[in-house]
Amino acid sequence: MKRRKERIDRGIKARSEDIFALTSYREMLYLLFPRAVPVVILLGLTPLLSPYWQEVLISTAVYALLAISWDMLICAGLVSLGQSLFYGIGSYIAGALNYYWHWSPLFTIPVATVGGGLLCTILLLPVLRLRGIYFAMVTLVLPLMFLRLVEATRILGGTEGLTGLTPFPGQLTALYVIQLGLLCALFGFRRIINSDYGLIVRGINDNDRAVMSAGLNIHWYKAQVLFLGASVGAFTGAFGTHLDMFAGMPGFALDYSIMPLAAAVVGGTGTFAGPMLGAFILVPLSEILRALGALRIVFYGLFLVIFVVALPEGIFHYLQRKYHQFERWVEVE
Amino acid sequence: MNSPAVILRVTDLCKSFGGVRAVSSVSFDLSDGELLGIIGPNGSGKTTLVNLITGFIKPDAGGIRFRGKDITGWPPYRIVTLGIARTFQMVRPFYQLPAYKNLVVPLYSPRVRRLAGGKYGDRDAVALDLLEEVGFERDAYVSYKVASALPQGYLKRLELAKCMALRPDLLVLDELFSGLSLAEVAGIVPIIEKLRFQGMTIVMIEHRLKELFRIADRVMVLNYGEKIAEGSPETVMESDAVKKAYLGSET
Repeated sequence: MKRRKERIDRGIKARSEDIFALTSYREMLYLLFPRAVPVVILLGLTPLLSPYWQEVLISTAVYALLAISWDMLICAGLVSLGQSLFYGIGSYIAGALNYYWHWSPLFTIPVATVGGGLLCTILLLPVLRLRGIYFAMVTLVLPLMFLRLVEATRILGGTEGLTGLTPFPGQLTALYVIQLGLLCALFGFRRIINSDYGLIVRGINDNDRAVMSAGLNIHWYKAQVLFLGASVGAFTGAFGTHLDMFAGMPGFALDYSIMPLAAAVVGGTGTFAGPMLGAFILVPLSEILRALGALRIVFYGLFLVIFVVALPEGIFHYLQRKYHQFERWVEVE
Repeated sequence: MNSPAVILRVTDLCKSFGGVRAVSSVSFDLSDGELLGIIGPNGSGKTTLVNLITGFIKPDAGGIRFRGKDITGWPPYRIVTLGIARTFQMVRPFYQLPAYKNLVVPLYSPRVRRLAGGKYGDRDAVALDLLEEVGFERDAYVSYKVASALPQGYLKRLELAKCMALRPDLLVLDELFSGLSLAEVAGIVPIIEKLRFQGMTIVMIEHRLKELFRIADRVMVLNYGEKIAEGSPETVMESDAVKKAYLGSET
């Protein structure tokens, strides 16, 4: 008598995307629970943390937002290595508005979000036709070019940057601003990508010629997706500027490009929740490992490799599957 | 009776890839409601011709006019919006999506929105109806299966349904029958005949001559990118040039 494990998808209607899902409290809870987890953790537990861990949480949320922005682009097949472009542009727009015209963060952040998104979209518009690695190369190079441009021409404060900018009223305010942004981006993007519009976007990644032959202008859709992703990136830049009271060349640093990528790979791409989860694992992990001193990067790298080898699909995809399945042992002859 | 209006006029169309003349100086007219078959040996430029008409490739020379409008060099999405839809020889479904969700993509296009006058309702329901029309058995829930799990016959029908969703004036079918069994072909032919009856103009690229000749009004033969014969199926079949192209010449 041998036994084997049987995996069965939960057959309850809660997995349907329709209104029929809302037939009982049990099924509503089943649907609501995973969605409530990030909201409760983010908004509820943050005041309980020590100021140091609140700071860590802020930087985690920044990277999570950049990872979500990266994930939006990958949905349309745009591989980006340049989240720092979005961060830097947003940072400098908010910084300049505050430094030269003394605008309050209440205005600089929204203007930098939309304006930064538009500017990045326009900058990348000529290369939007490129695919895969070619698009990635351009996104990698652009922030480096901006870096040297600022250094060479001494515009926007040159190497010194723009200092003495208006800070947030308090750390908790800053925390709630970034968390609100994170939750809006997470649930907003998930909603967009699951709509018919999102179907087109994913279709472009899957099979762009089929979308073209369906009478849709794929470059227009790619530009829209780029705008959405870049706006979120620019928002984090504008936020970071007011948090540090400084806008400068570090905004174009490679960290802002690589970290979101790692978070998305660890967490699982294409779901937005995955990259966010990835950021919430990697950034605190990097803080914990700080105690190890110079060996930190070694262990950090080791963790990354283990994650990627053990769960190549990403943690979120794994959790999602487990949540929607149940297992039992059955006897086989 | 008036002769029907010309819907598509192709004049002296040329396209070379490197040194190979894939299509050279091909001209033809297509009248409204006609079913034109295009045949020719492998590599004779049939698919290139389709790609040229539908805007996937830009021609080196020559012109394409659709309903009197010069569409030469237009991008594919504008040509579709004007009313030319095509299938691909190699089926191009969205493999990860359920079959009916594949149709949501064309149903989302500006053309369908315009034809529906802004009211397009439930795209999923329209998609399911369309799939039933091309023979997806509703009782068997085939429409809900992921496209990657469907057999070739259904993928070809899905490809056809994706075009039908666009409600085109001119439908270009690139080897729709290739890779299908006789029974499967027999299942699709009535759908095409129904579309014709509804007034759709159809161009069929085909290797399956027997089935094509039964439904085509007119047949055009390509060889090495040139038009070597044109006429009713019977006259084309008897033409020496065609026999030579297909069977090879002794000399």
